[in-house]
Amino acid sequence: MAVDTRAVGKRYPAALYAVGREKIKEYALVTGETDPLHLDHEAARRAGYRDVVAPPMFAAVYGGAAMAPVFLDPEVGIDFSLLVHTAQEFRWGPLVVAGDEIETIVSVASIEERAGNGFYVLESVSTNQDGDTVCVGTWTNVVRGA
Amino acid sequence: MPELRAGAELPELRVTPDRYLTVRYAGASGDFNPIHIDEEFARSVGLPGRILHGLWTMAQVARAQTEAGGGPHALRRLSVHFRGMGVLEEEVVVTSTVTAVRDGVAVVETEARQAGAAIVRRGEAELSLG
Repeated sequence: MAVDTRAVGKRYPAALYAVGREKIKEYALVTGETDPLHLDHEAARRAGYRDVVAPPMFAAVYGGAAMAPVFLDPEVGIDFSLLVHTAQEFRWGPLVVAGDEIETIVSVASIEERAGNGFYVLESVSTNQDGDTVCVGTWTNVVRGA
Repeated sequence: MPELRAGAELPELRVTPDRYLTVRYAGASGDFNPIHIDEEFARSVGLPGRILHGLWTMAQVARAQTEAGGGPHALRRLSVHFRGMGVLEEEVVVTSTVTAVRDGVAVVETEARQAGAAIVRRGEAELSLG
């Protein structure tokens, strides 16, 4: 089956994510963070932040939420059950803190077929309420036997 | 905080995901793919059982960097390849070596292994020294 490349260059509507204090704490605890900046809003305030600070990899949460429309898009045509996340890059800007509103725009950077597998590279650009780019993500997924 | 100079090894990070870790991570992250939380489903698609979320393992690689770099602000970039599959109740070991320091940024090569096999490989991090 040939890989459908029609969606290359497609951009999806911005997804808005409101960053909550308890969500950051929940994420920090499950990923083993012990730095009080992520867990204690008073410690974060003493360190000069408005509220608890998201660990950098919290980008997986607000960025991941913005990815869903791509995986469900019939024009991309990914069979989710055959999907494997094979590589990931994040580049970070200013730290995200509780209370931020993060807007993420996802686009399809490339779709290629190699050795019978489909390689889907997606890009996410996440911006806070002040217009700062807080994270750029490159998400590489392979669909086996696409 | 360790000195970040070319050739320096960052402190090893060791963590053992307990049997319910993927359930909690699914809730925390919003990634409810059943290969991570449903033993029966995971086996039905040819996996040995439920597997770790790659992005949780990447978060362990990131934590090794931020703990060595002095905080979350230090990590400017992290790029990884996922390899094989991470499993529950088996220790994850993250190792990291500084390969270069230029313009106030340390470049770090890093990987995560489980039972001797890489589950995150070709990791590259940039840590700001400022």
